[in-house]
Amino acid sequence: MRPSLRPAKADDLGLRRALSDRLLPLLVTAMTILAALTLAGAIAAAGLARHWRGGAATMVTVQVPDPSDAAPGGTTRAVAVARLLEMLQGRGGLGVSGARLLTEPEVGALLKPWLGVDAAALSLKLPAVFEVRMKYSSAAFAAGAAGAALAAGAAGLDAALARVAPGTLVERNGVWLSRLTGLAASLQACAAVALAMVAFIAAAVVALATRAGLAARRDAIEIVHGLGAPDRAIAGPFSARISGLAFGGSLLGLILVVPLLIGLAQVSAPFQADAAGFHSPEALLAALPVFLWVSLAALPLAAGLIGWSTAQLTVRGWLRRLP
Amino acid sequence: MVRLESVGLRYGRADSPGAGHNQALHDQVLHDVSFYIPGGGFRWLLGPSGAGKTSLLRLLMLAVRPSSGRLEVLGTAIERCKRRDLPPLRRRIGTIFQDFRLLPHLSAFDNVALPVRLAGRPEGQVRADVEEMLRFVGLTRRSDARPAELSGGEQQRVAIARAVIARPKLLLADEPTGNLDDVQATRLMQLLIELNRLGTTVVVATHNQALVQRYPGRALVLADGRLVQDGTDVAFAACDGTQWRGA
Repeated sequence: MRPSLRPAKADDLGLRRALSDRLLPLLVTAMTILAALTLAGAIAAAGLARHWRGGAATMVTVQVPDPSDAAPGGTTRAVAVARLLEMLQGRGGLGVSGARLLTEPEVGALLKPWLGVDAAALSLKLPAVFEVRMKYSSAAFAAGAAGAALAAGAAGLDAALARVAPGTLVERNGVWLSRLTGLAASLQACAAVALAMVAFIAAAVVALATRAGLAARRDAIEIVHGLGAPDRAIAGPFSARISGLAFGGSLLGLILVVPLLIGLAQVSAPFQADAAGFHSPEALLAALPVFLWVSLAALPLAAGLIGWSTAQLTVRGWLRRLP
Repeated sequence: MVRLESVGLRYGRADSPGAGHNQALHDQVLHDVSFYIPGGGFRWLLGPSGAGKTSLLRLLMLAVRPSSGRLEVLGTAIERCKRRDLPPLRRRIGTIFQDFRLLPHLSAFDNVALPVRLAGRPEGQVRADVEEMLRFVGLTRRSDARPAELSGGEQQRVAIARAVIARPKLLLADEPTGNLDDVQATRLMQLLIELNRLGTTVVVATHNQALVQRYPGRALVLADGRLVQDGTDVAFAACDGTQWRGA
């Protein structure tokens, strides 16, 4: 049998008094809340980027100035563009998967923020506006090649449109796809740094608490060391006590932060999905990413692990001053 | 078996017992100490206060390593011994401290049980051994008391029980009878002699002249950190009443 003191609950080293169950758990509670909010922010940023990439970024806006003017082939420019898009959509040419002509009121609504009044009231000659949805393979999207695929498709579309209706403008929403991806990546990097900082501070707090415990129980430790207790037998009760306190504090933080996260998710719901879908807290909870729940559940375990390993390192380092 | 060859001990501030900020950084407390105690030997350790008795005991109980020279304890050369190899060796050494060194938050029972638990004995056997030991030192009824609830003599007896319960191969005692009445002191000496008879090497540091005269034996006499006598014929010098001198 390996030499050891009794299990931690027997408290042979008197750690219950030396390592208070108040300050350390509360600090870990606060850090867990910070970590949970950081995690949620990072996951939400990734979700937003994914949502936008899968939606608006695949859209191309085609504006046909002077839509009623004659186009080659004896028809109007608007009709020529509509036929071209219909044909491309039917054949899947140039990556076009769908096209829709915006109604005049819709175009007017788009322009209203710039004009201040309804465009019809100004008797402006409005362009015909098509919303064109580009398609791309999910594999290309996953590989990050969606931007390039979209660009290639749109360039071909430019040429085709110039043939049937010269002067047609193509506005590629995919241009800001890379910017959005970059923003999401930087947000995730910031979150990773913040999480690392939280972990580092947690380890520092645990190390300080452990050193305080060592100072308070120096005599007891020297006595059991003198009786032949190996370092493991002394570090073990410290680790057990500290990891228990850290786990408990983190669990409390988790309990406190979940309602806060639900509230934040409710606020951000319109950006994530159809807000009408989150008519109840249960629906909202179900809509939150599984990865977020898994990450949150892992926080108390991570706190316990940080507590255990930091206490082991601190105590063993301290014990090395003894022969 | 204990062997010292030209052993010196120098305390740094950190490991000096009771070291204060005003203490010199490096105090040489033992100089060129050499002696040999065979397995099963008995030695009185004598000398005035400050002679280095406690420091020598700390060396023997492996609480410090020698600064110079060779120290061999129970067949192991300590100066070459790796740190991880010392705990098993310490578990073969029993120590009775002058200041008892009991854990204040543990009961008498649990204090006595520490060495046998560290030795890995099953809890059932621990209970039986500790109860027997407490019965021997007359503390059966005080087994649940914490050190603060015990008298000085009772604490001393708990410390004695803790030191001998694991049947150590080397037993070190620093003023073991200091807080005991004559009856208890006699019982303790009989216990030490019995353990010695069974093969335990025993070293007892004391100022108690009467005790040494009642149980004559070979003595190591220290003065100013130096071994001035290793023999059986020891005399107490008059001087100022604090000095020892080999005859």
